[in-house]
Amino acid sequence: MEQRAIADTLKTQFSEEVVDIVEYQGQVGVLLRPDQIVPILRWLRDSADLRMDHLRALCGVDNSKRKTSYPERFEVVYQLYSTELRHEIRLRVLLPEKDPHVDSVVSLWSGANWLEREVFDMFGIRFNQHPNLKRVLLPDDWEGHPLRKEYPLKGRKEWQGLVELKERIQELDQHGFYPPPPVEAKKGGTAKKGAKNPVEPQKTVAQAAGPASAGKEKTATVAAALPAGVNTGKTLRERDQA
Amino acid sequence: MKEPSKQTVEVPVATGDEDRYRLRMGPQHPATHGVLRVDLELDGETIVACDPQVGYLHRGIEKLAENRTYAQTLILTDRLDYIAAMSNNCGFCVAVEKLLAITPPLRARYIRTIVNEMSRLASHLLWLATHALDIGAMTVFLYCFREREILLELFEELCGARLTFSYPRIGGVRQDVNAYFIDGLQRFIDIFPEKILEYETLIDTNRIWLKRTVGIGKVSREKALSLGLTGACLRASGVDYDVRKHQPYDAYDLVDFEVPIGQEGDSYARYRCRMEEMRQSVRILQQCIDQLPPGPIVGEDAPDLHMSQRIIPFREARVSAYGTGLIALSHKTKPTYPAGDIYVATEVPKGELGFYIISDGSPRAYRMHIRSPSFIHISALTALSEGGLVADLITNIGSVDVVLGESDR
Repeated sequence: MEQRAIADTLKTQFSEEVVDIVEYQGQVGVLLRPDQIVPILRWLRDSADLRMDHLRALCGVDNSKRKTSYPERFEVVYQLYSTELRHEIRLRVLLPEKDPHVDSVVSLWSGANWLEREVFDMFGIRFNQHPNLKRVLLPDDWEGHPLRKEYPLKGRKEWQGLVELKERIQELDQHGFYPPPPVEAKKGGTAKKGAKNPVEPQKTVAQAAGPASAGKEKTATVAAALPAGVNTGKTLRERDQA
Repeated sequence: MKEPSKQTVEVPVATGDEDRYRLRMGPQHPATHGVLRVDLELDGETIVACDPQVGYLHRGIEKLAENRTYAQTLILTDRLDYIAAMSNNCGFCVAVEKLLAITPPLRARYIRTIVNEMSRLASHLLWLATHALDIGAMTVFLYCFREREILLELFEELCGARLTFSYPRIGGVRQDVNAYFIDGLQRFIDIFPEKILEYETLIDTNRIWLKRTVGIGKVSREKALSLGLTGACLRASGVDYDVRKHQPYDAYDLVDFEVPIGQEGDSYARYRCRMEEMRQSVRILQQCIDQLPPGPIVGEDAPDLHMSQRIIPFREARVSAYGTGLIALSHKTKPTYPAGDIYVATEVPKGELGFYIISDGSPRAYRMHIRSPSFIHISALTALSEGGLVADLITNIGSVDVVLGESDR
């Protein structure tokens, strides 16, 4: 059936619910009031000459920044398709800005479960009688609904979970594979320089650390504990010869 | 030393439920094919409740698309299904072309069909490789990657990239195919049917393969439609629905191919469907090579996107009808964009990929929703797996063929 014809049938059947019918590039969208959406969808799915058995997509729209003004702020859009009769229709349910909510269609298509959760996640539109209405793509403690037009592209602030994770990483780094160097080691550079300078390979670590170790016992002991030759710039062969 | 705190440990009272426990599988589990986490409640080895968790790869592509021009959004679609990025590019281009009323030339449509089917083969090969590996057939994994490599090299020859192509453009394709590419493709499709036989010899009558796929993750026809399954998952349940046949795009109405339909709706039927699809893809590729018409690869009314084949004077590019590309925008010309909304679906290897684009007359999409098959297929895992064994969940994740980049967007 032609999309226009489906829209007209829908209008005769549910004349009070249909707000408007729009057409673009051969695709017809029917603007609806939210109250009777489940009966309308059930009728489209079950009536013998329509048999719209495939819910292609379900998504939300925020109309607040449109160039032309729209009657309501939010929309939930349903794309329906009939796999047997090969026709489609688009239903656009208009929802108010204050407390947008619409009945869930999970009872008709169980696949709508996550799609509705996504709309809730991204737009904050509630679905009545939904079995498990919580966020799906974002963490449960996320603030705001990102696909609303007033939500900034870069977000408002760092997610609390990530902040905690970063703090935890810093804490763990204290005991990590590359712990931050002790503050004392930076003062007297001679120990390090001597140890790393390949020009003086005859010095052992302990010797190199020796002259500068006066106020830095800690560094010296650590260095002395290392086997001779380690970190002195000697190659393995040189060490063997020594 | 801290003294261990003296706590009384509660000994669970036997209630008949003592075998029940929770298991969090993933997001780093190798069999979840990415960053999918599945929260399981188990009774022994039987799954009582299965709750997949997605979102680890969420990049806000729909939000980004509202802030970029259509040409700039194209590269984001590579990052959806990175296994078959070419199909995603084509799907997006087809949708924007319909929105802006642009017709790509015939040659471009054929080339797109070629790359579409090539990426279907590449995706199905990767699916078969990993699915077989999950079930325990290591050899198939190596064989499949051997053939996938040929395809990736052909892609590299075509556009210089192996995974994220951005090769199709709104109104055409980026570059023309060369003789080397066509030769290589011809050689590939000459040998590939034998390779499919080789895989089938390895696993088709393998007792372990059969035991682990036949009757596992069974979905009836009605249930599959209710769950919103598409692609091979839906066809394995006996529903004749393929967007390439139902609402043809590119050159699919000009080539002859069949859509394999299964009956049982289990993992084995899904496997059979995909194997047959590969054979049909080879058929389509052969016809495309034979029929490939000469002519331009970019339409006259296409938005200028710095196409190497279409060198036009700078000033002319500014005022071209839909001068919607990167260049046109930087010159403050104001091309007219129609206002309207459009939903265009294409058949990607995973299922039906749909783009719902609303335009309000600005060069950016006012809203772009991506109907991603993987997202819906993951949500169907609950229905497929509850009541089965943990090992069958691995089979199910593999056989519905999901990719998390597309699911999380």
